[in-house]
Amino acid sequence: MARYDAPTHWQSRYDHFIGGEYVKPHGGQYFENPTPVTGQTFCEVARGTADDVEKALDAAHGAADAWGRTSVAERALILNKIADRMQDNLESLAVAETWENGKPVRETLAADIPLAIDHFRYFAGAIRAQEGSLGEIDDDTVAYHFHEPLGVVGQIIPWNFPILMATWKLAPALAAGNAVVLKPAEQTPASIHYWLSLVADLLPPGVVNIVNGFGVEAGKPLASSPRVAKVAFTGETTTGRLIMQYASENIKPVTLELGGKSPNIFFDDVSARSDEFLDKALEGFTMFALNQGEVCTCPSRALIQQGHYSDFLAAAVDRTKAVKQGHPLDTDTMIGAQASNDQLEKILSYLDIGRQEGARVLTGGSRADLGGELSGGYYVEPTVFEGDNSMRIFQEEIFGPVVSVTSFADLDDAVKIANDTLYGLGAGVWTRDMNTAYRAGRAIQAGRVWTNCYHAYPAHAAFGGYKQSGIGRENHKMMLEHYQQTKNLLVSYSTKKLGFF
Amino acid sequence: MDAVSDGTAVPLSAVSDGAAVPGSPGAAAPPPVTVTPAAAELIRSLRGRHGPLMFHQSGGCCDGSAPMCYPAGEFRTGGSDILLAALAVDGVPEPVEFWMSKSQWDLWKHTRLTVDVVPGRGSGFSLEAPDGVRFLIRSHLAP
Repeated sequence: MARYDAPTHWQSRYDHFIGGEYVKPHGGQYFENPTPVTGQTFCEVARGTADDVEKALDAAHGAADAWGRTSVAERALILNKIADRMQDNLESLAVAETWENGKPVRETLAADIPLAIDHFRYFAGAIRAQEGSLGEIDDDTVAYHFHEPLGVVGQIIPWNFPILMATWKLAPALAAGNAVVLKPAEQTPASIHYWLSLVADLLPPGVVNIVNGFGVEAGKPLASSPRVAKVAFTGETTTGRLIMQYASENIKPVTLELGGKSPNIFFDDVSARSDEFLDKALEGFTMFALNQGEVCTCPSRALIQQGHYSDFLAAAVDRTKAVKQGHPLDTDTMIGAQASNDQLEKILSYLDIGRQEGARVLTGGSRADLGGELSGGYYVEPTVFEGDNSMRIFQEEIFGPVVSVTSFADLDDAVKIANDTLYGLGAGVWTRDMNTAYRAGRAIQAGRVWTNCYHAYPAHAAFGGYKQSGIGRENHKMMLEHYQQTKNLLVSYSTKKLGFF
Repeated sequence: MDAVSDGTAVPLSAVSDGAAVPGSPGAAAPPPVTVTPAAAELIRSLRGRHGPLMFHQSGGCCDGSAPMCYPAGEFRTGGSDILLAALAVDGVPEPVEFWMSKSQWDLWKHTRLTVDVVPGRGSGFSLEAPDGVRFLIRSHLAP
């Protein structure tokens, strides 16, 4: 085991980053930013308001034209350089992200930051390879289709993967030639500024602007501004609807990722042999604890077929009990702190209603006090409930390390239970029979069906939701078109008049 | 944590646009939504600063599964929503409407909700976040 020291590279205070420089908030106010690891404040962050958003939009509009006209080779080079800087500073970025969010450093070292690095490289490549199209309408007429940047876009980032989620939005937007005004989550506003300290010199002033603050004070003016050509948001349904309402006033597009209640389905044949695959499937079950369950695709409903239900569940509970909870900066720690106190309180409220509804707690079920300096942090025991899909713990996103388990009879029953949800973001299917895997995967109404795997997020695999889980597909080159206009030149190569007039 | 008199819902017929609540509260039935004294105090404070208020219960990830508090009318409700309660809060001149999407209420309707408040940081565009607090739903099985 190794324990990283608490990061010391923070500034004591972060202002807004506007037009290539740090700018004090118009209102002069700051808010405290605590680490969920200990609950102690480690920096202050500017409390942005509409005036700050306007200033950022001014800077972005000033930069957008020139940035949109740079060659794709030049933009790709900048994205690759950003990736290189991140690669050179991978450890310090990972430690910063852990301190900011509370997640274990083994995840930030192996997943969050490497994925973010690769994401910049992916979109650097994707924009180089993107082509418009031409359609030969008739012998003399050609329809050309060009991709053009939207101009200035607004992006509102969630707190569960502060750097990675910012990257999912920044990389395609920048590759496509847009200038960005980005608002980090108020729970995790600082790590993006550490990232910025590593890469700011690579970007022309005004291309990336960061306005900190609360949703109601800074997010709303950004989302409702007629000066943004598109809004991208990851969060929950009510705010998603509100952002669509604002966008409707301005007739602007949105992309939304609003969460899920993802089923993880284990067919009987998973337990047919005690082998490597069974071991992998048990890890797949335990993936509900990844990132403390604070993942939109948390496999928070486990559906286990009746034939192996008891044996598989017993082994899965044992695997869950082996999850090592501890200091997030220990490399052996598997589960860290929830990101905020209100998140902790919400999870505890669901542990309460789950018990009231009659669900059985098979392990966990309480707040964890890890002692010492961690006593002030926000820790929850990995929890396995056994119950029925109609219970609220099966229907609502708890966003904590909590999985609700039930059984199913056959493929049709599994699909019925899996689809009995308002959401459709992720799902998992585990079986040794590829015909079963295919039929289940196609029948589940979700944007991503992990098949004999879970929680992999490689670039070039489209990610987004069905049903109330949102609109759009991130993580894939198709996201470029969510940040682009289509220009059609309809060209006649004939000199002859039509003869109408 | 118990609901108090200044946070009980008034009969919907007094204020409602006609959205029907499944198992609509009769004279004896407990209202679907109540507020704690701490939440009532915060509602009074927000009312003083922002004018008439409304709630819409969120679902989904991040700050989801939590009630969002907006200036009344800021969030446009529609046919997909249901008005669960018009909360009468002492010191607030008008009822505070509490809304949820109908599809979500279908899954929640066997429970009764209490709006509480806890120290917190973020909340979508909800009005209370800059105060360092967060509205939170506590749930109980309907009798």
